[in-house]
Amino acid sequence: MAATSSTFFARHGKLERHSLLLLIAIIVVVSIGGLVEIAPLFYLQSTIEKVDGMRPYTPLELEGRDIYIREGCYLCHSQMIRPLKDEVERYGHYSLAAESMYDHPFQWGSKRTGPDLARVGGKYSDAWHRDHLIDPRSVVPESVMPPYAFLAKKDLDYRDVADKMRAMQRLGVPYTDAEIASAQDDLLAQADPTVSGRALKSHYGSKLNVRDFDGDPTRVSELDALIAYLQMTGTLVDFSTYKADAPANKR
Amino acid sequence: MVTLPVKRGETSGEAVYFLIATALLDLVAILATAASHDPLFQFQGYIFIAAFTLGAFALTGGIFGGTLKSPQDKYSDGVIRAGVIATMFWGVAGMLVGCIIAAQLSFPRIFYFSDFGFLNFGRLRPLHTSAVIFAFGGNALIATSFWVVQRTCRARLFGGMLPWFVFWGYQLFICLAGLGYLVGITQSQEYAEPEWLTDLWLTIVWVAYLLVFLGTIWKRTEPHIYVANWFYLAFIVTIAILHLTNNAALPVSFLNHRSYSVWSGVQSALVQWWYGHNAVGFFLTAGFLAMMYYFIPKRAERPIYSYRLSIVHFWALIFIYIWAGPHHLHYTALPQWTQTLGMTFSVMLWMPSWGGMINGLMTLSGAWDKLRTDPVIRMLIVSLAFYGMSTFEGPVMSIRAVNALSHYTDWTIGHVHSGALGWVGFVTFGCIYCMVPWLWKKKSLYSNTLVEWHFWIATTGILLYITAMWVSGIMEGLMWREYTPQGFLAYSFVETVAAKHVENVVRLIGGVMYLTGFLIMIYNLVRTVGMPSSEPAELKANLAPAPLAIPAE
Amino acid sequence: MTYETMARIAQQGGAVYFFLIFLGGLAYAMWPKKRDEFRRAARLPLDEEI
Repeated sequence: MAATSSTFFARHGKLERHSLLLLIAIIVVVSIGGLVEIAPLFYLQSTIEKVDGMRPYTPLELEGRDIYIREGCYLCHSQMIRPLKDEVERYGHYSLAAESMYDHPFQWGSKRTGPDLARVGGKYSDAWHRDHLIDPRSVVPESVMPPYAFLAKKDLDYRDVADKMRAMQRLGVPYTDAEIASAQDDLLAQADPTVSGRALKSHYGSKLNVRDFDGDPTRVSELDALIAYLQMTGTLVDFSTYKADAPANKR
Repeated sequence: MVTLPVKRGETSGEAVYFLIATALLDLVAILATAASHDPLFQFQGYIFIAAFTLGAFALTGGIFGGTLKSPQDKYSDGVIRAGVIATMFWGVAGMLVGCIIAAQLSFPRIFYFSDFGFLNFGRLRPLHTSAVIFAFGGNALIATSFWVVQRTCRARLFGGMLPWFVFWGYQLFICLAGLGYLVGITQSQEYAEPEWLTDLWLTIVWVAYLLVFLGTIWKRTEPHIYVANWFYLAFIVTIAILHLTNNAALPVSFLNHRSYSVWSGVQSALVQWWYGHNAVGFFLTAGFLAMMYYFIPKRAERPIYSYRLSIVHFWALIFIYIWAGPHHLHYTALPQWTQTLGMTFSVMLWMPSWGGMINGLMTLSGAWDKLRTDPVIRMLIVSLAFYGMSTFEGPVMSIRAVNALSHYTDWTIGHVHSGALGWVGFVTFGCIYCMVPWLWKKKSLYSNTLVEWHFWIATTGILLYITAMWVSGIMEGLMWREYTPQGFLAYSFVETVAAKHVENVVRLIGGVMYLTGFLIMIYNLVRTVGMPSSEPAELKANLAPAPLAIPAE
Repeated sequence: MTYETMARIAQQGGAVYFFLIFLGGLAYAMWPKKRDEFRRAARLPLDEEI
């Protein structure tokens, strides 16, 4: 009896060893491949292009970006201009790594059912965006984009904006405690030009779009936030001081 | 010879623990939902509460009704039957949503409703991809893996009620993710859209799945681990690693649905496409190759062409796949050497892919007539042909110069669907056509003629779909870079959108045909299950070996 | 540790590692003693009842 059970365990042990060996081999094979590619990137932070003008999103833009994500805009619009002649002519300067350094996660996209949006900021008026988002085919008859009329009817829920900025801060986005403390005030100040925007500008600089974006000054709608985000995209980096040929900017 | 200790009806004790855990989780869900002020978090909370409450009632009924017995001397096939049903259900749902969004791109004035944001393309598209990949494909993988691991290990599934937890837990994950997209819960990482709470739940389910699978392998009475199980194991383990790495995120608060990825910018792009590409490699390839390595030999009644080739295939595939992700990021801000590395490995990937395809195809050598006589074998073999085609197309598209044209266009969509409809879809259909008569103890399918109809309608649908996407993808790629003789861009963006209208309609027709074939399959299977049984109920699925008996035709 | 050194280690080490893994897999599959085990294993799906 003892003999049988000991051979049973010996055999059983061998069986387990085989499967554990297989398991470990699989883990080793797949993780090293990934690590070799990804690990160097963690040292890349120091070599991201040196640019002037990058800043974290304002509270209103951050909420707008969350709506952009919620509605799945990234599924049809890329935010990554490749250094190809036609793309640079169509959309503007090719995208830099530095331009998405505060994006958790990136919004480069993988498909252009609609045009790239990396530098859509400032290309169209707020009124155009408003009409286009509410009924795309009223502005562009051949468009296949969905309508977003409901954004104009919905008040922006910004109760969590400070928490969102706090989470971003913990992940390395350089928001100051003062900016987080005045998040809601800054958000209102950007969407309503009648409110004093002094704190807002001291936090995020003077190159800010401060206005009522959705044409309805009585409230801050989700459309306000989304248009504020779109009007900012691709406008932060100052390309007059960017040296593409500098060694630090090559890779 | 298999003699396992026979312990009958011991699951009731275990069911009590499951009941306590479910009730506790229900309580936590109720408290968290009540405490949160975030409507989307509350929405998730309601789904959890509904699921846990239903689960607790079902367990209570099972414990007092005494229906939770699990005879240890038999394979557990109930959970596999449930898996087959779930696969069919989610397949219809996912493909139907696919047809709807194809209709939206073809006829936007008809299929968009300006006051129903939840029916917009951006909400439905992740629903479509998740439903077909994770719900249809995932259930097929779980069901077939439970079948294959029991049969090739000659052991009952490990863990008593744990396989049932895996099944229902996974359906809960699907509901959380899918309904979540409709109301706007997403973290915007393609094929990894579910937010942190759903991700956490999937992690628990996935660990249980790994435990069931490994435990069954540990219980095996057959010394060798059959190669299909290697592929399944690689799929389960690697998906776990990918899932945890790509979804690493910091919740805004513990009562808020939203989280932010710990990765940013370039890193997040690389981690995402390392994940995205290997979701294809390990979910949609390794897992389905496992199905191929069991069901093609089984159906053809001959061993795999070369077992040695299957081992080389395995190691080469899992090793090379893991590097190929960066080809999704050509010409982006990612360092160029990483792009080149990704491209090199993508081209190399062609070899193991075709090695596996040849291994499957050649299994039929000497029995090629089965292609004519058995439509199920034909479906399995044609799935391999589509696998070969899309694994050739993939490396070509990963070459930088080609990618400059193909990236961002419909060509990518066509490529994905030749793999998804042709390979993943067809191999799943083939396996389920095999398994349903086995699982429900029928001599054969209700109708082979209906399988023929399914095969031809679906094949025509795939061909329409992918040719339409080749045309529209290459066309729009060329139009974007077209210059007039004066040196201006020839087309505005919207002209390229308008130019694709006909192709979009053809794609819609192809998709509807594929769905039609699938509905024929479901009708056929329902009629099959309704047929009289081929043997007395008690004789089935004993672990004691018996002569080979396959309902081949 | 700079990005450049990390990248160099990754590129060179990766090549060696890739080669070794491939040889290892090939050796395991082709090991002469394994022939009978593999032949038997290939019949595993066939030699069982449903």
